[in-house]
Amino acid sequence: MNELLTVLKKNIREYGMYIALAAIMAVFTILSQGVFISSRNIANLLNQTGYIAVLAVGMTLVIVIRHIDLSVGFLSGFLGAVAAVALTQWHLPVLLGILVVLVLGACAGLLTALPVAGLGIPSFVASLAGWLIYRGALMLVTAATGTIIIPQDSFNALGNGYIPDLFASQTFLPGIHKTTLLLGAIAIVMFILGQLSDRKRKVQYKFEVLSGGLFAGKLVFLSVILGLISWILAGYNGMSWTVVIMLAVVLIYDFIARRTVLGRHIYAVGGNPEAAELSGISVKNITFVVFASMGFLSALSGILFTARLKSATPQAGTLFELDAIAAAYIGGVSAAGGIGSISGSLIGALVYMSLMNGMNLLGTDISLQYIIRGLVLLLAVVFDVVTRKRRS
Amino acid sequence: MSDNILEMRHIVKTFPGVRALSDVSFAVRRGEIHCLVGENGAGKSTLMKVLSGVYPHNDFEGEILLNGKNIEFNGIHDSELAGIGTIYQELALVPEMTVYENIMLGHELRRGMGIDIQEMIQRAEDLLKRVRLSVNPSAKVKDLGIGKQQLVEIAKALSRNVSLLILDEPTAALNEDDCDNLLDILRILKTQGVTSIMISHKLKEVLSIAETITVLRDGQTICTLDREKDKVDEQMLIKHMVGRSIENIYPPRASKPDESVVLLEVKNWSAYDPNLGRKVLNNVNFKVHKGEVVGLSGLVGSGRTELARSMFGNPDGYAIAGELSFKGRKQRFAHPSSAIRAGLAYATEDRKKNGLVLIKSIQENISLANLQGVSKHGIINEELDKQTALNFVNSLSIKTPGINQLCMNLSGGNQQKVSVAKWLFVGPDLLIFDEPTRGIDVGAKYEIYTIINDLVAKGMSILMISSELPEILGMSDRIYVVANGTIAGELDGKSATQEAVMRLATQY
Repeated sequence: MNELLTVLKKNIREYGMYIALAAIMAVFTILSQGVFISSRNIANLLNQTGYIAVLAVGMTLVIVIRHIDLSVGFLSGFLGAVAAVALTQWHLPVLLGILVVLVLGACAGLLTALPVAGLGIPSFVASLAGWLIYRGALMLVTAATGTIIIPQDSFNALGNGYIPDLFASQTFLPGIHKTTLLLGAIAIVMFILGQLSDRKRKVQYKFEVLSGGLFAGKLVFLSVILGLISWILAGYNGMSWTVVIMLAVVLIYDFIARRTVLGRHIYAVGGNPEAAELSGISVKNITFVVFASMGFLSALSGILFTARLKSATPQAGTLFELDAIAAAYIGGVSAAGGIGSISGSLIGALVYMSLMNGMNLLGTDISLQYIIRGLVLLLAVVFDVVTRKRRS
Repeated sequence: MSDNILEMRHIVKTFPGVRALSDVSFAVRRGEIHCLVGENGAGKSTLMKVLSGVYPHNDFEGEILLNGKNIEFNGIHDSELAGIGTIYQELALVPEMTVYENIMLGHELRRGMGIDIQEMIQRAEDLLKRVRLSVNPSAKVKDLGIGKQQLVEIAKALSRNVSLLILDEPTAALNEDDCDNLLDILRILKTQGVTSIMISHKLKEVLSIAETITVLRDGQTICTLDREKDKVDEQMLIKHMVGRSIENIYPPRASKPDESVVLLEVKNWSAYDPNLGRKVLNNVNFKVHKGEVVGLSGLVGSGRTELARSMFGNPDGYAIAGELSFKGRKQRFAHPSSAIRAGLAYATEDRKKNGLVLIKSIQENISLANLQGVSKHGIINEELDKQTALNFVNSLSIKTPGINQLCMNLSGGNQQKVSVAKWLFVGPDLLIFDEPTRGIDVGAKYEIYTIINDLVAKGMSILMISSELPEILGMSDRIYVVANGTIAGELDGKSATQEAVMRLATQY
């Protein structure tokens, strides 16, 4: 028990987010008399989170290297509209259309980075210019037709569809999505194996580790959570394509951030750009890469959002950039640079979207919703700063 | 009973996991210059932060008596009101503001709704006179040299009617002239009734100015010495600081440079800084042999660091003319990464500013310049990375609880070793070592010197930039003296004297 408390205290910043998420979910579940935690609503919540989480992941890396990108909201709106035009007017095949839009996104990111990395113009200003430009571009694309409706079901499935159940059966667990359960089980096994090998390595290098009992407790607890999530999802239509894409982005980016040379370089540039440059890392190149990734993810976010609405609208993407920035900060990224995790940004996005979803369920007045979201963001950042200070 | 302006009794200050001060007591007589010495991590700076209110009074144990009265500070503001002025290692001036604005910062004089510029300039002029600095009070601070900035800082402290001045390594970044000048100013202030407490690593300077010297070691007061009565000398101080006596500050070197192999040769090397709008290097010519330690001496601002950076991939974007041949090939490095690939390494003079990523672990810092060495297809081999860090921690005896320790939590000497480890892992042929022992304690200095000797014995060459003359003389095979952006002369390491180096350094 004592160890549990000291561990909690020591990692309060990391665990704080999870605790906050659990608390928010619990409160909404009670207030909505269980509707919030229902399979249908959780599936809906995760689908809503998708396009913000994807942006938050990219934004986290942008903030880690001490920059900001305000253009991503309307960029995603604009690229979503481009996808709609590509499918309805250029009649591109769905896959090719998606690919073109993703490449365009990466190019847009490079363009934002050009004045930032090349001339040292503050990213706030450079991306504000992008915000205006893409907003205009979005209006231009949708000017002739207004909302562009997308008829292709395969495209729209990205925002509304669910993975097929390979083991559909009327006799065994009817009404439950068996493939989702299986994926959940695989995730639990992978998680446990990963944790075990990680612990072994830490012991080998004499890092501090949890005592055996507490470690086992942690494994059981998190496995149960993973199990519960898959069970809840399996109870509705199973896992959606949005969730699959979101998880893939998070896993890949998390791997890049923690395990690759590129990731180390990004965090070093954020931690101390001068030291990084003198260690042979090109700060310029890293800036280009991070902004290109942000543009790429904006395109992905635009595709997810457009598919969800089955259409491109002139207002698509409005305020997405601020939602993503808020999610990244709730997820623990530091404006001073060099600190912030990918998994944190996912949790940040979940916290933020849970708030929105829950308050919508309860029919909270929209004015109050904004105020509460603002307060939660403030609280998260204050909590972050206070816990960091105490630790150092 | 002597008249003590300050007494600190049984001060205990702990940080999470570390006891920085365990029972420190010391007293300062009114009107004296009192020096605090000790190895890095001995607790000097922490003690001064306790005194100046950086750590509020309920954050530590023990009591502080100022003029015989018990005091409790909640912040720097309180200590300033009580007449304590603090000058930190890092300057705390606003470079874009003028001298008088900086001096009067935080207590501007009002006139009606606005500020009384006339009166403020007048006050600033008086204060500048007290520190014997003749600069235009309306000049911007960024246009002054670092020595003058230090004096402006003192004038700023004086503007608040200080009776007790705390200086944390005020001369660390100054050249010898500026140092002497600063010490003179302290003596003058003393005659005006200002008591000073000075932290310093430079023992000669301590012996020339202090009346009383307190030695700290491992968070405890070891002794307080009266310089005259106790006949204090350098050996005695070192003995108290490290708890052992160091017979020879510079370890003997068995290896000889291989003069038949010229590793680096620079010819007619000039550099123009477009930001400053002037030439920072002018027709520099020098060479380094294999296995040689070449000392680069000169005053601060003479162009030593600029020379190093212009060769090492030119991160400042100078316009460069001239010829550089390295390992027998003429080349010009466009980015530090190409210099590193070619076998050049540059350990910077300021570890905290541009040497290490302080918020990252020892492990991540050591492999930072050579991640290819621990990765395959861009994916890091965690095992190999950890093993590499562990090997360096052992071989350089870096004192740390583990390789996952953040560099910001290490002492200066250990940070320097991490920086060395980072470059050793690259496996360079030439290591440019800028101020290898700045701000690190005597014991760690000796270890750094030993490492340098080991490296040249293995055939590596070292270009050592240093402001400390004894270090230049004690370690170099050959010495180049830089002055005014060019090489003012070359000296043999064995026969050179401090006077000869200074003559060359100041000839312009």
